[in-house]
Amino acid sequence: MRKIFFLLFIYALTTGISAVYGQSVELIKLTELEEMVKKRGSETLVVNFWATWCGPCVKELPYFQQLHDKYAGTAVKVLLISLDGKPMLDKKVIPFVNKVGMTTDFFLLDETNQQEYIDRIDRSWSGALPATLIVNRGNDKRLFIEGEVTLEKLEDALREIRQ
Amino acid sequence: MKLLGKLICVLFPLMAFTGSNGYEVGDSVEGFKLKNVDGKMVSLSDYKKGAIVIFTCNTCPVAKAYEQRIIALDKKYRDKGYPVVAINPNDVSQSPGDSFEEMQKRASQKKYAFPYLIDEDQSVTRRFGATRTPHVFVLENKSGKHVVQYIGAIDNNQNGEPDTRFVEDAVESLLNGKVPATTFTKAVGCGIKFRKTN
Repeated sequence: MRKIFFLLFIYALTTGISAVYGQSVELIKLTELEEMVKKRGSETLVVNFWATWCGPCVKELPYFQQLHDKYAGTAVKVLLISLDGKPMLDKKVIPFVNKVGMTTDFFLLDETNQQEYIDRIDRSWSGALPATLIVNRGNDKRLFIEGEVTLEKLEDALREIRQ
Repeated sequence: MKLLGKLICVLFPLMAFTGSNGYEVGDSVEGFKLKNVDGKMVSLSDYKKGAIVIFTCNTCPVAKAYEQRIIALDKKYRDKGYPVVAINPNDVSQSPGDSFEEMQKRASQKKYAFPYLIDEDQSVTRRFGATRTPHVFVLENKSGKHVVQYIGAIDNNQNGEPDTRFVEDAVESLLNGKVPATTFTKAVGCGIKFRKTN
């Protein structure tokens, strides 16, 4: 009984810490992201790559909240993936996410080799932030947008990819 | 045949200038003269062997994360003929923390042993095709021409403990008379604040 309690406590401690903060940032490996993107399904994923140090990224985050709200309960899913790096999770990313008060799903890419993940996310990507990857898991259509977006640009891209 | 030779000599450098995306590995860099934090002018022609040109600034968190590594690169390679030449490319009106006065403060605080130059009209930045801070261009002086031998990031992990140090590897190769194994990587950092031209 004691052992179970102890294990439950450890489990609660590790997973509950983010709950205490009010908004969680999930670590994601590149292979997990790749699998998520490749997996066949009915959803369209809107994956935005950003970082706390990237001014233009922070400025456009509200558009992703708006998109998330508009398509809530539908087959469009918004994922915000920070490229701040794991060492910055507690120092920068979690405090930022808690301050910004968004309800979208936040992730942090748990990888260190920047050259590799830039190339694997998209060969044509210069590595500049922000960047947004839109994938239609139903028909494998894919759009990679380097640079800032507006809500309108996102909507246009969604329309194009869901045809 | 002589005329053809002359034509090539004229056209070839022109081709380098028309590249709107900046220099590529193998290109010869056009001479420049920029103001250093000590008020003196620094010329590309001052560099007889080579230079590690780094577009960097005060304000970008990524540039700040790399600051010690930039200082270390200069310390390691200055006496071997490859000093760091730092250039602040940002438009001060958009980035007041990158003003000349702020540059002077930072260079003094952190005891920069290398030049920290201001590219006021951003013409050198545009010619190089630098897009982010930090953005590195390793130059090798070949018979008076400064040839670009490496372009890109300093290493592959901005949070420290990189397993590949691109600039170091490139300079080591050049010092050994070899072509760097990796001549190009994608630079990660804050976008350079270009003056808005209407």
